[in-house]
Amino acid sequence: MAERSFTHEVGKLRLGAGQEFRGEGILAVTKALLQSGVGYVGGYQGAPISHLMDVLSDAQELLKELGIHFEASASEAAAAAMLAASVNYPIRGAVTWKSTVGTNVASDALANVASGGVTGGAMVIIGEDYGEGSSIMQERSHAFAMKSQMWLLDPRPNLQSIVTMVERGFELSEASNTPVMLEVRIRACHVYGSFIAADNRPPPFTLQDALDNPVRDVNRIVLPPASFLHEQEKINRRWPAAVEYIVRNRLNEFLGGTQGEVGVILQGGLYNTLIRALELLGLADSSGATQLPLYVLNVTYPLIESEVVEFCRGKQAVLILEEGQPEYLEQNLNSILRRADNATRVVGKDVLPKAGEYTGDVILRGLRAFMRAYAPEHLERATPLLPPPPAEVPKEVQALAPLLPIRPPAFCTGCPERPIFTAMKLLQRELGPLHISCDIGCHLFSILPPFNLGNTTMGYGLGAAGASAFNTPRNKRAIAVMGDGGFWHNGLTSGVGNAVFNQSDNVLVVVDNGYSAATGGQDILSSRAGNRSKSTQHPIAAAVKGVGVKWLRVVDRTYDIGRMRDVLREAMTAPEKGPKVVLAASECMLNRQRRERPAFNKAVAAGSRVVRERFGVDADTCTGDHSCIRLSGCPSLTIRPNPDPLRQDPIAHVENSCVGCGVCGEVAHAAVLCPSFYRAQLVFNPTRFDRVLQKLRASIIGFFQRRAERRGLRHAF
Amino acid sequence: MRSESRPISIAIAALGGQGGGVLADWLVAVAELHGWIVQATSVPGVAQRTGTTVYYVEMSPAPRDPGQRPVFALMPVPGDVDLVVAAELMEAGRAVVRGLVTPDRTTTVASTHRIYGITEKSALGDGIVDANAVFAALEARSKRLISFDMQAVADEQRSVISSILFGAIAASGVLPFARALYEQAITQSGVAVQSNLAGFAAGFERALTRSPLTSLMPPGAAPTTELGRTLDARIKAEFPAHLHGLLQEGVRRLVDYQDGDYATAYLDRLHEIRDCDQRSQGAGGHYALTATVARHLALWMSYEDTIRVADLKTRRKRFDRVRNEVQAQSEQIVYMTEFMHPRFDEVCETLPAGLGAKLYASSRARRWFAPLFRKGRHIQTAHVGGFLLLYTVAGLRRWRRGTLRYRWEQERIGAWLARIEALATRPGGYDAAIELAECQRLVKGYSDTHERGLKNFGLVVEAVQRLSDRADLAAIVKRLRTAALADEEGRQLGAALDELKMAG
Repeated sequence: MAERSFTHEVGKLRLGAGQEFRGEGILAVTKALLQSGVGYVGGYQGAPISHLMDVLSDAQELLKELGIHFEASASEAAAAAMLAASVNYPIRGAVTWKSTVGTNVASDALANVASGGVTGGAMVIIGEDYGEGSSIMQERSHAFAMKSQMWLLDPRPNLQSIVTMVERGFELSEASNTPVMLEVRIRACHVYGSFIAADNRPPPFTLQDALDNPVRDVNRIVLPPASFLHEQEKINRRWPAAVEYIVRNRLNEFLGGTQGEVGVILQGGLYNTLIRALELLGLADSSGATQLPLYVLNVTYPLIESEVVEFCRGKQAVLILEEGQPEYLEQNLNSILRRADNATRVVGKDVLPKAGEYTGDVILRGLRAFMRAYAPEHLERATPLLPPPPAEVPKEVQALAPLLPIRPPAFCTGCPERPIFTAMKLLQRELGPLHISCDIGCHLFSILPPFNLGNTTMGYGLGAAGASAFNTPRNKRAIAVMGDGGFWHNGLTSGVGNAVFNQSDNVLVVVDNGYSAATGGQDILSSRAGNRSKSTQHPIAAAVKGVGVKWLRVVDRTYDIGRMRDVLREAMTAPEKGPKVVLAASECMLNRQRRERPAFNKAVAAGSRVVRERFGVDADTCTGDHSCIRLSGCPSLTIRPNPDPLRQDPIAHVENSCVGCGVCGEVAHAAVLCPSFYRAQLVFNPTRFDRVLQKLRASIIGFFQRRAERRGLRHAF
Repeated sequence: MRSESRPISIAIAALGGQGGGVLADWLVAVAELHGWIVQATSVPGVAQRTGTTVYYVEMSPAPRDPGQRPVFALMPVPGDVDLVVAAELMEAGRAVVRGLVTPDRTTTVASTHRIYGITEKSALGDGIVDANAVFAALEARSKRLISFDMQAVADEQRSVISSILFGAIAASGVLPFARALYEQAITQSGVAVQSNLAGFAAGFERALTRSPLTSLMPPGAAPTTELGRTLDARIKAEFPAHLHGLLQEGVRRLVDYQDGDYATAYLDRLHEIRDCDQRSQGAGGHYALTATVARHLALWMSYEDTIRVADLKTRRKRFDRVRNEVQAQSEQIVYMTEFMHPRFDEVCETLPAGLGAKLYASSRARRWFAPLFRKGRHIQTAHVGGFLLLYTVAGLRRWRRGTLRYRWEQERIGAWLARIEALATRPGGYDAAIELAECQRLVKGYSDTHERGLKNFGLVVEAVQRLSDRADLAAIVKRLRTAALADEEGRQLGAALDELKMAG
């Protein structure tokens, strides 16, 4: 099961016409899909669109009623290929993923579906993971829209606009036989807001209808000569059709005033931030009413030449708010105006940063600079709500900035992946530093403190492939790491199969925690648990052997650090040729606790005998060196000021959030650390035998302790 | 100033698992209960694990004309934030650095407790960031500051920090909502309602009462035994008053570690240091050297050998401390397992010096016996067998003076003190002597850690010998000590030493 259950959200998907939907942006998109009569939905989870996938997989009932097929695709490529169902048939379909990474994976299928074109509306919901909090390379999805010529929607970030744009998007796709991309930025995906719902629509033409009377049209298949035809079609038929639809239905909005020397052209997604900046400069009120003409691009590709020229007519200068780089829109605007022989100056990345997120502060500064240069009188007339920013940062703030501790993401308390990297760190003490090729997933946190392990990461499932070059005859082997998520995404072929075929000698550690954990704990092929709507329990070991791996070791309790280290050592030194695969298999603690903690509490309440284990550190034997932390980094293993009046260094301390995974003790042993760690066993609802035994032990031990204390008193201070 | 028509903006900084999302949901609920319109969003960051998440909420009265609906922003603009909420002290500091806290606008509600960052935790010594810098900035930048240890209050109330924060927010009065509405918001969320309401109430009360500052320094207890009184008398007779507390601690520790004679030896050694302090600084000096040595000599003389560890592990006080650290209910049965790893070396060290030294040196003995001590041992201290084992080892205390380790440590201490005295009496060497005394900090921990410490200590001492005529020796020693504590592999120390070689 996924990290949380979404039954409550599923309820919202059932709202009917006129009812108010209140909730998260990405959930509103999900509702909009149902209102648009989609026949199928697919995708691959990942922030910020995981909830779309999670909610739909919990909404099986509703989907069945509506006759919608939902698929948790094996990868973004698999999801994109689903859109093939809309090529020959009037069936609407939507797929979703995290961009740009997902779009990279999907682009082969996307290019194909875009080339042949579609009959039913085809939409790609893109969760744009750009700017603050992003976990991926900073790129634009815009380039994909341009290269494969798919229309790119970037609606204003309020639920009503987003929902409308989903519905319009399908119509646009059908009117122009072109798949469309709907881009939703991360904050808009997570934004809580409301819109007035419409009824859900079952697809008028179902997948079954398609199978009952299949349609075949060679001209929709990417093969010469059709492929050449497609390119002509894109330019001569689909593009004009799109422009015609966009203009007629006013997908782009002309807001603010109509007069004036200057105006602003902006990506729809930046609208709210712009309005706030205008408001703070005193050029708009909080409802967005302003004299400044705004041309809001809810469709950022293609640009509508007629609208651009119309908006710029008679203006001395326009500011283009375009987040990310290269500045495709700015270039495009310039060439449009030049061709139209219009002298309006296009101002963009000369007053705004060339790269990076366009935050409120950034847009405020850029806007101020633009107005000062081209419409100073506006600025002077306005009364700003903020004092102009101080020339330099106040000294008490300057003093603070360098002090603040970084907070890199890290393994959860009790995570079974931590001991794998502890073992690697210990192995490095024997073999010297190793080249480690990382993958995408929780295990990537090994790169960060305190482990500092890992040299590169080349993408999801590509850990092994990332090490494939290092296949030298007399080698110190490279280690590659791959998660079970990445393994099924493509690692089985691109990593394991590739290594077998090319007779790689490298070591591959497959971290098998039973879920696609980093994206929210979704089930995958090899999940141990059963799943109502998916087929699980297909062991990775079988797949690895299946593609011809001879050397496979399975560690089914990664917490056993000694064993983990020995198996890794064996893999690094084994004489056999061919890839050495170590399957490190222990369940994701986050999901395990979600299942076990309630069960434990129930057992305690029910009065049955249960034992809770947790770890602790003896304050008076800990000398504050923190080796244990450098080998663990568990959130529940922290420090506190030294209670000893003479010692100065803070001591290690285990918080009550400890789940007793055992790593602390294992580390203390495997690394021969210190005797300060203890494991405590708390017995709940003890049996009579427990109590009797405890009394006996306590009385004997107590006797000796009292004796020692009496002796102690004789030579006390 | 904010005109009434403008939205109220709230930024919440919380760490993964602190319930920042729940807090944002409550704020949304309370605003809607009041008939306001509200927007909330967040950027959870990588997989939400332990990183910081900033939640951002805007709210304002519903306009009469729905066309006049305010356009809410999705992220805070520096200078335009009414309320900053931080669930941890450094995150409050981060909000200040991001410019979200401004004197003309921002009320700050912050918990003063610390969740240490990994760089603070993994430092070889004391890596904890100075909290005063954050307090200074918060005081200077906030229009109004409401701060107290909300985690402690949450623990008292057996609640979570988000409910304490919610209470403090209500009390801050930044939002024009009745207290009852906040409580209704908690109730209708339907999760852990009772404990959350309790937490809310506690947070509300605490926010209204300024908490008195409590001193962290516990007063030294007076001696309780005849022996104690004699030692204490000597301390008071021979040492300046401002050192008495410190020396009492030292003596208390060594009496507890070994016996009265051992504590006397401690005072004898300190007496010499005191004299040399007077020789170099005059009797009217501050005795900075004596103070530093007093602390570190006591620590070194109470080095952690197997006997000491066994002793500490078997005490009744320790059993009680464990119970209360693992939050055992009264009467609950608690067993503990120790993770001991006595190696061949430790065994030799605990043997009578002569025999121990022989075995330690003999490669054959090592070949034969070392394998027996390669595996770590689990010892169950609350079971009779395990307890008696440790109890017996602790009993070796009366023969400690005969052990190999004792001989080694006394030699090391002697050499260390001799160097300190030599330095202190040399013109301009006083500060260097203090720095050298501080270097005892390098030698700590057990087995590998302890060996690493000794090695680094040796390197520093060597450098001191070599450079003893340098005027900036004190600064050098300090730099070397910091370098030694910078990384496990001794890279920085090596670099620092090379640098000196180049220079010298």
